[in-house]
Amino acid sequence: MKANSRRVGIPTLLLLIGPAFILFTMFVVVPVVQAAVYSLYKWNGMGPLTAFRGFSNFINLATDPVFQKALWHNVLIVVVSLGIEIPLALGLALIIGRSDFKLAVFFRTFFFMPYVLSEVITGVLWQFIYHPQYGLVKAIVHFISPSAPAPILLGNPQLTLWVIMIVIIWKYFGFHMTILIAGLQDIPLELREAARIDGASAGQVNRYVTLPLLRPTIQISVFFSIIGSFQVFDVVWAMGKGDPVNAAETMVTFLYKFGIQRLSIGYGSSVAVTIFAICLVFSIFYQRTLAREAR
Amino acid sequence: MSVSAYKRNRAVASVFLYLACFIVTLFVLIPLYISFTGGAKTMGQLLSQPMNLPVPLMISQYTDLLLGKVGTYWRALANSALVAALSVAFELLVCSGAAFALARVKFRMSGAIYNYFMLGLLFPLAVAILPLYLQIRRFGLLDRYWGVVLPQIAFQISLQVLLLRGFFKAIPSELEDASQIDGYGPLGFFWYMVIPLSTPILATSAVLTLVASWNNFFLPLLVFNNNLRFTLPMGVMDFMGEHSTGWNLVLGYLSLAMIPAILIFIFAQRYIVAGLTGGAIKG
Repeated sequence: MKANSRRVGIPTLLLLIGPAFILFTMFVVVPVVQAAVYSLYKWNGMGPLTAFRGFSNFINLATDPVFQKALWHNVLIVVVSLGIEIPLALGLALIIGRSDFKLAVFFRTFFFMPYVLSEVITGVLWQFIYHPQYGLVKAIVHFISPSAPAPILLGNPQLTLWVIMIVIIWKYFGFHMTILIAGLQDIPLELREAARIDGASAGQVNRYVTLPLLRPTIQISVFFSIIGSFQVFDVVWAMGKGDPVNAAETMVTFLYKFGIQRLSIGYGSSVAVTIFAICLVFSIFYQRTLAREAR
Repeated sequence: MSVSAYKRNRAVASVFLYLACFIVTLFVLIPLYISFTGGAKTMGQLLSQPMNLPVPLMISQYTDLLLGKVGTYWRALANSALVAALSVAFELLVCSGAAFALARVKFRMSGAIYNYFMLGLLFPLAVAILPLYLQIRRFGLLDRYWGVVLPQIAFQISLQVLLLRGFFKAIPSELEDASQIDGYGPLGFFWYMVIPLSTPILATSAVLTLVASWNNFFLPLLVFNNNLRFTLPMGVMDFMGEHSTGWNLVLGYLSLAMIPAILIFIFAQRYIVAGLTGGAIKG
């Protein structure tokens, strides 16, 4: 007798899947589709959608110097994440992930902790650290050279974005390190020990055994890092809303300023579609590359 | 190279590595130290002794904040807790049901619906935010907790269904047969077997939602205009705006606002790490 436990009535099925399906459709899928539609109109969110403008929002966007700046800032954040944050995380993971490293748990815990703090709280805290009168950086500068002028960091458009990147690294390097350590733990210890017995130095083991095997994990970390870099908002908002003079504007702060604060829903939506397109193209490209390497 | 020289080199290298780790530890901890001690200093102490411990200790900022004489710490904390509790409870209910159906029930659209949910992994919140705002406004959910809770859950569904379905699939079918012999239908199996067996993954799922909700800023920023509704991150921004000259008070508020997150971290670190690394699926 084989009763069909795996078959259930339609009402039961609806009860199980219905709520998730409705919520997901209503608050994720429909808004995304709407964003694509709105991006073709000039609209302030009130009244009917009549002023069809084709791709003119996108053309205006492409020639908007502030948006160009914002996009460039996102690219710089990607570069710094890949060039500084991930190597730092990887280096620490290789140190702490060693089986004989004492205090590993202690370091792991502290390095990961900033990840759970809210970005806004982090941003406000670092705004104080950078404060020209009270901040820690000023105190350090004065300790080294008492007569030096107070350093202007967030208020100096040349520096704003760069000092915000330090905050991003502070908050996220531990997250990447944690992912990388998890990847390291999946590599059989015997492989590394065998290489050591064969006479490889610790550096050679890392270079020729550990890193190649860790590659898939590094790729996941890089992927998170790039997708995250294109969506930076909270930290920047908490540290001066992208100003002075758009010095730290990102695509999402730009989207917020136009879409919500000025209710240019159409123009703002074209920013949203652009962000989505960049992430999508990047994901496809990334998976293609991975698939090609796997062959 | 002699054995002793080799050992000495290793010892030197290892001292260097520990030193590097301690420097990074300082980089992480000093801002937190500055915040907690700064909250107990006068403005004069902040200026003249930025790194020192607060002597004499000025706990009046902390007590004023905790007694509600300045700011709205407890209200913001309660709002954050309420939004997080609603989000976690409904996320677990909604996602475990869907994940169970997609993992253990055979029906025609199963694969298609799963793929549909997985689409969400491609859409960051920012992409949907403007229509979402209009939607929330049309439903009359502005300044209501549900206006944050419902979209927040919706944006968790993809990841959580992925996580939970993987775990539910691995539950042996013998258990399903056994529960059937005991007279339970699929819902009974779900409620009396799957849920109790899945506490580790449910805890992971709950903690991920909790942290995401606790730190969410973008959505509450859109939905809550009334400052009686402000969650902690919004409370911090608001408080900083109001007390822009009283940095010792702001640091006090910040430190108090960090404490719940640090407590969550201490008690749930294992689950957070498991959820982020997918380790929970393996074991």
